[in-house]
Amino acid sequence: MGIRERLSGNEASAIAMKQINPDVVAAFPITPSTEIPQYFSTFVSNGDVDTEFVAVESEHSAMSACIGAEAAGGRAMTATSANGLSLMWEMIYIASSLRLPIVMSLVNRAVSGPLNIHNDHSDAMGIRDSGWIMLFSENNQEAYDNLIMAHRIAEHKDVRLPLTVCQDGFITSHSIENIELIEDEKVKEFVGTYKPEHYLLNRKEPMAIGPLDLQSYLFEHKYQQAEAMRAAKKVIADVSADFEKLTGRKYSFFEEYRLDDAEIAIVCMNSTAGTTKVVVDELREQGVKAGLLKVRVFRPFPAEEIAKALSHVKAVAVLDKSDSLNAAGGALFEDVTSGMYVNNVNVPTVNYVYGIGGRDTTAKDIHGVYSDLQEIVKTGKIDNPYRYFGLRK
Amino acid sequence: MENMIEIRWHGRGGQGAKTASLLLADAAFNTGKYIQGFPEYGPERMGAPITAYNRISTSPIRLHSNIYEPDYVVVVDDTLLESVDVTAGLKESGAIIINTTRDADYLKSVLKGYKGAVYTIDARKISVDALGKYFPNTPMLAAIVKVSNIMSDEEFLEDMKGSFKHKFAKKPEVIEGNMKAIETALKEVKKI
Repeated sequence: MGIRERLSGNEASAIAMKQINPDVVAAFPITPSTEIPQYFSTFVSNGDVDTEFVAVESEHSAMSACIGAEAAGGRAMTATSANGLSLMWEMIYIASSLRLPIVMSLVNRAVSGPLNIHNDHSDAMGIRDSGWIMLFSENNQEAYDNLIMAHRIAEHKDVRLPLTVCQDGFITSHSIENIELIEDEKVKEFVGTYKPEHYLLNRKEPMAIGPLDLQSYLFEHKYQQAEAMRAAKKVIADVSADFEKLTGRKYSFFEEYRLDDAEIAIVCMNSTAGTTKVVVDELREQGVKAGLLKVRVFRPFPAEEIAKALSHVKAVAVLDKSDSLNAAGGALFEDVTSGMYVNNVNVPTVNYVYGIGGRDTTAKDIHGVYSDLQEIVKTGKIDNPYRYFGLRK
Repeated sequence: MENMIEIRWHGRGGQGAKTASLLLADAAFNTGKYIQGFPEYGPERMGAPITAYNRISTSPIRLHSNIYEPDYVVVVDDTLLESVDVTAGLKESGAIIINTTRDADYLKSVLKGYKGAVYTIDARKISVDALGKYFPNTPMLAAIVKVSNIMSDEEFLEDMKGSFKHKFAKKPEVIEGNMKAIETALKEVKKI
């Protein structure tokens, strides 16, 4: 039995980092993730961890320091949001292409401009093709649990990729909620020690990391990254199964909530999934067969599994908390629909861009989406698949 | 969801409405409840209107939106009554609790015909008498606990004693005053 606590999403993430006790944490403060390195630096000062905390002068340096630490053979972590991630951009790709299993807490916030400190997923969507494993979290509990599982996944010999754990800025990062923590000793045992096979500080194996890589090899190296991302699926499933044995909390690539007999379904990520569950329960009481598919593992994208899970429904709405500004649809929508297409699943599917810049997402909004889906089932018509809700006209 | 209570706090930056919402979440948590406590973040500065929220339930809370139809509203500063629509969406089966010394006629005129219960408390006097300073959040916390009946007075007092001991470990001299403010507030909050 775990420890009953009440913590904000940021506190929960910092406590996960304390229990993991990485070799290096390098971070630069940015709203709404600032509290994570802030709390963590207190743990460092109090001697609760023996981490080297590097208070860098920018996020570019934060990721650079993590890369250096990880390449040297250490375990490195960081946290950021929005424009902080933008400033890391160059090093984000370096981290994944050097196959360094850095773990980053990403507290999702709108990328400027104009300046906005509130939640959407535009920061996360900016790195969706960068070769990082991306896990999304409905609440403080999932942000904590995903971090505890992160190193086992990222450091696995078949994977060796960096990993980011996303949660919604303010909505979960700053909301105090109940949580069940795992005892320190159990976390330590579960996470284990990091034993890299090749690392810079190994005197017996002098090596260079990240030198020039031209026409003759880069393609093959990119293919290896792609292979690692494909292999990550099995590792994520295995680690999640071990985690369930430890805590009783079950995690899959996605959560199916009342989906098995659903006729209409919403696909979404992070905190909106909680609000959607409440609406699903309300609709079920009225006899409406509504369901939810909450994506946890966004990279690698479980395209085939999602297509299969949605194959029996009559209409689907994919919610994107970021607009791809491509005149075609949001990132999650494109991934879900292309997954359905190549797996021969032909279910009418629409996209809603919502919650941009912290626009509040209410149960009423979600009811509106389900009622649109009922209309699609009834008429068989989709006039425009690329829609919005919560947008003032 | 019948077993969930939703509360909205209105205050001004610096008065501790956010802290009060977190203390309430703590107290409810300590009596075994599921809780949420979160402020609505904006460009905060001293004196600007702020809003904070609580959900308290006997089962896990999954909703992650602001609160639009609260069961209770707590107004920490009565100068907000004329500028903020404090009764917006407030359930008539619920109540509003205001830190004020203004009379019933004035309150009626600014509450836009709200038909539910209206409670008042002079948190300034209670705080100044007990602590020598104006910290309205502690008396207002006691007032909402009393009116919403989230827990018994005894449970609440016991819990607050524990959390003050922890919070003011380096300033034990203020614990007695804070406890006195809470005890007085539990008695003095009244329906008009």
